[in-house]
Amino acid sequence: MSNSLIIGQYVPGNSIIHRLDPRTKITIIFFFVFVVFFANSLLSYAILTAFALASVATTRIPIKFIVKGLTPVWFLIVFTFLLHLFVTKEGTVVAEVFSFKIYSGALIQGIAISMRFFLLILITSLLTLTTTPIEITDAIEDMLHPLKKIKFPVHELALMMSISLRFIPTLMQETEKISRAQASRGVDFKTGPIKERAKAVVPLLVPLFVSAFKRAEELAMAMEARGYHGGEGRTKLRELRIEKRDIAIYVLFLFVIAGLFLTRNY
Amino acid sequence: MDITFENVNYIYQQGTPFAHKAIKDLSFHIPSGSFVAIIGHTGSGKSTLIQHLNGLVHPSAGTVTIGNYRLTNDEKPKNMKELRSKVGVVFQYPEHQLFEETVEKDIAFGPENFGVSKEEIAKRIQEIIPAVGLSGEMLKRSPFDLSGGQMRRVAIAGVLAIKPDVLVLDEPTAGLDPRGQKEIMNMFKELHKKEGLTTVLVTHSMEDAVQYADHVIILNKGTKYMEGRPEDVLTQQEALNKVQLDVPEAVQFLLNFEKRFGIKIPFQRQTTEEIARDVHRYLQGGGENE
Amino acid sequence: MRKKLIEFRNVSFRYGDEEPWVLKNCSFEVYENEWLAIIGHNGSGKSTIAKLMNGLLFPQEGEIIINGQQVTEETIWDVRKDVGMVFQNPDNQFVGTTVQDDVAFGMENRGFPREEMIKRIEQNLTAVGMQDYRLTEPHRLSGGQKQRVAIASVLAVSPKVLILDEATAMLDPKGRQEIMRTVSNVRAEHALSLITITHDLREVVQAERVIVMNSGEIWDEAIPREIFSKKDALREIGLDVPFVAILTDELKKTGMTITNEPLNQEELLEDLWTLHLRT
Repeated sequence: MSNSLIIGQYVPGNSIIHRLDPRTKITIIFFFVFVVFFANSLLSYAILTAFALASVATTRIPIKFIVKGLTPVWFLIVFTFLLHLFVTKEGTVVAEVFSFKIYSGALIQGIAISMRFFLLILITSLLTLTTTPIEITDAIEDMLHPLKKIKFPVHELALMMSISLRFIPTLMQETEKISRAQASRGVDFKTGPIKERAKAVVPLLVPLFVSAFKRAEELAMAMEARGYHGGEGRTKLRELRIEKRDIAIYVLFLFVIAGLFLTRNY
Repeated sequence: MDITFENVNYIYQQGTPFAHKAIKDLSFHIPSGSFVAIIGHTGSGKSTLIQHLNGLVHPSAGTVTIGNYRLTNDEKPKNMKELRSKVGVVFQYPEHQLFEETVEKDIAFGPENFGVSKEEIAKRIQEIIPAVGLSGEMLKRSPFDLSGGQMRRVAIAGVLAIKPDVLVLDEPTAGLDPRGQKEIMNMFKELHKKEGLTTVLVTHSMEDAVQYADHVIILNKGTKYMEGRPEDVLTQQEALNKVQLDVPEAVQFLLNFEKRFGIKIPFQRQTTEEIARDVHRYLQGGGENE
Repeated sequence: MRKKLIEFRNVSFRYGDEEPWVLKNCSFEVYENEWLAIIGHNGSGKSTIAKLMNGLLFPQEGEIIINGQQVTEETIWDVRKDVGMVFQNPDNQFVGTTVQDDVAFGMENRGFPREEMIKRIEQNLTAVGMQDYRLTEPHRLSGGQKQRVAIASVLAVSPKVLILDEATAMLDPKGRQEIMRTVSNVRAEHALSLITITHDLREVVQAERVIVMNSGEIWDEAIPREIFSKKDALREIGLDVPFVAILTDELKKTGMTITNEPLNQEELLEDLWTLHLRT
């Protein structure tokens, strides 16, 4: 029921990674994604993997959540691996499967590319696993701040995102209620031919839109009554602050990058 | 149709870390034709109970029987749609379910889904419109152009048009003003008598329970807390206060009166007028010594 | 004599030139530190009054003066500093993703420094008994709790008037009690005027003055006790008469003399007791 609604993948926690400034996390992930493509030796991969796994371990998020987050992409990783295995023809033949020759180069490249893929996904999912959507919104607002100069509506965009986040659970509950009411009036959402089921969506969507519009109207009025008149002169309660732990992580990450470039080609 | 719950349990999101028991070992029996009030706070399991009544959910354990339909964890009635055509549910704020272009189409939506013929639907609409206090000229209008109170009536008409045997009402008067509340409740009472319905009223209002129901069930934390005739259950102040419910105002007065004057006037669902006469008799007619 | 805080002078309002008048030639005052209740059936014009006080709507005729200033497009931001409002639907006025974010919203709009916000969040959440829910998300709160947060949010910017526009209409009895209790606590601790708009006569008992609205007009203006005595008339305009008032009437019909219109059961029993001692 409502108590279990989780928006996105966020898993609450109090680890250092949870407490990092979201901008730090976004920046590091951005550069990590970038440097992954420079890894080309066993040692360099090992360093990146160690960093990623250590980060995962630090969050203390149960492995099953992480694995669950990766399920949709397992297929892609395996597919990439197999593709390389059968397409690349370098090195010596190490095995033969149904008259397909598998080369040593293919094996190595397949592993390397899938590994890259895996690291990318693991580290980016760490952002959504340890950061609430609202923190991500704050970080984006802050990092896009320079765009205000070219009249990009940064504040409005961030407010829109945070209000959407606030109303997702409300609208989900509403959807549940309306579908119950319509099911009681004989609508069958679950069985029947596709055409019938598509038609069954109308009695669900119309009321949902009507109510969303009504909510929007009332919310706008309430916001105005509480003195909202744009981003001008507004202060903020939620504050992003770079702490010592952020600096420490940056330094650590620099070491990782340095290590990566030193071990390239080994 | 008789309604029976036997040791019903319901667990939300079973098998996840968020699993939570909404209904615990709930058993009761509602004989066909009775008007039952189910009372409890938000979170007492009322809304989950309602969803069992027309098969929107199945018990995690135990058995729900409605007429000839049986619901258990692994057993569904063969024709769920048929059950839903027999048990009509007016959900809270039912106007939120309106979606058609005209009032007429929206009222017809339910019966159409259950395969009622066009002629029959037209006939039912003619009967229902005056019963719920709407006028015929509204039929061609968009339900979204009506006032809140009128939209509520259209939504109720949409459920009544299914002609159910069991009518489940989930706080049907919430948000209406006093006049609207009274009109709607009186309409349900009329209908209950005229059509011989089994009516299940979920409410917060002790006054409504006393006035309309012949049987009350009090729910607390997903389980049955008390059950019986309104005059027996709704007079037990201490027990009710324990689950943060109050006795009806008339009962409250009789209890206060007893405390002040040492005279007990039993509550038998008498009208305010009768209470006044009782008080008068005891205080001025020297009733204490009779 | 108390200072006038709000003044309606011959105010009329309608939503469009073709539409019927929602408010017809209404004049009244609200004083500093007063508790005024406005009561009427749905569509009587009572909620329109609230929106006019906040500059969410403007009258076609007449004028509205708040704290010495006429409400116009130019003055609305000043007016809104003085007039705080809690609306009916608990969900549709909750802006923040958590309780403390919501309380902060009004202060952020007015450029409060962060330290001040933190202080006031603590203070005002404590005032409504929600201090333990600072980081809770709205969908985990009951309707009554959300409305208490809404009250805290409005109080945080220290308005001179707090308007509750049917703030209890969508709540269960428990939530309603929570809000009524919160409101009397707030009134005991803050110097501010309170305007409660409702269709429930039981909610006006504590008010100092009641305005009864009917079809866009001021139908009556009196102290609660006086209003309670006009049962038949109230019923006629679609309002529900409380049990105590009905019982008092019935007792009078039996020939008992009850002098003062009782507002609650205690008062009625007190009257009966004096009567009883005399016989």
